[in-house]
Amino acid sequence: MNIHTIANHLNGLCDKSRTGFQFDCYPIDGDVEVLQVNVVSREEIPVFVSVTDNQILCISYLWGEDEVNQARRAEMFETMLELNIPMPLSSFAKIDDKYVVYGALSVESSMEEIEQELAVLSDNCLEVIDELSEFLN
Amino acid sequence: MGILNKILTAFRGGATEVGQSIVDANSTRIFEQEIRDAEKHLTKAKRELTDVMAKEMQANREVDRLKRSIAEHEGYVTQALEKENEALAIEIAEKIAQLDQELSEQQAANDSFSSHAVRLKDLVKKTERQLSDYQRQLSMVKTTESVQKATATITDSFASSNSKLLNAKDSLERIKARQQQFDDRLKASETLAEENSDKSLHAKLAEAGIGEQKSSANAVLDRIKARKG
Repeated sequence: MNIHTIANHLNGLCDKSRTGFQFDCYPIDGDVEVLQVNVVSREEIPVFVSVTDNQILCISYLWGEDEVNQARRAEMFETMLELNIPMPLSSFAKIDDKYVVYGALSVESSMEEIEQELAVLSDNCLEVIDELSEFLN
Repeated sequence: MGILNKILTAFRGGATEVGQSIVDANSTRIFEQEIRDAEKHLTKAKRELTDVMAKEMQANREVDRLKRSIAEHEGYVTQALEKENEALAIEIAEKIAQLDQELSEQQAANDSFSSHAVRLKDLVKKTERQLSDYQRQLSMVKTTESVQKATATITDSFASSNSKLLNAKDSLERIKARQQQFDDRLKASETLAEENSDKSLHAKLAEAGIGEQKSSANAVLDRIKARKG
């Protein structure tokens, strides 16, 4: 399993997608290969996929620390913790100064599972921004 | 100190700069070496355990054989005494004494194999636990590293393409606007489709001579003629 097999599958889906979404994938070269997955019509919030020895990580950036209303930061954390379990397949995390939602899958996952993960992650992302925007500047 | 603590210390120490490795490559190599060592120990301990268990079974069989043999010879002694053959009875008794000696030796060996097997089983369990713990820790280190590097890759890519991730609210607004536009278009085309189907019904009605009729040239002529007359 690597990002290219995932990219080929998603790019080849066209109308055969089971999630109702279409995906555009662009591999990004670097120390670790990352796949940028754009959900068509949601290009502003891409999902980034990387594959390690034992898991597939799908990450979407929510907002930066600079966007957070610092006076309500603790309240935001509490809301995130409360939403963490109800939110299907995804969890909250922080990388450097950016808040993210992410999902981790086994490298043995099927393409359908990866497709579902990406679709759910994208949906979660929009919903989280909508719900938590009161904590942003 | 657990690996989580090391990772957090590294984060708080500011090792979060782009491209800076969270846990140095050297400690990853040490981890991998520790895992390989633990795997070797495990294989060795398991092989040894198989050997010891085989020997234990063998010793057990020998103990059983000696016990049977002693019982058998005790029977012979009784028979010899019944026939009042004291000399033979003593000879058999000597044999029994010898078998007793062998039995106690074999029993001691058996006990030692058993306790060795128990020790080895504990060792295997402990090594297995240690191994899975090392593997868990290594996977944490590797994942942390990989996420750091992936973030650097993503940041570089956005910097070089001159595009940047929009802020969350703006992104959502744009996506929502696009969705609204899509919904509006869908609604418009539905309305249009309805109107079209209305029109086709009108056409059918007219053809059948039902409802409001289109004025034809003849009808106009008739109307004018009627007005004149």
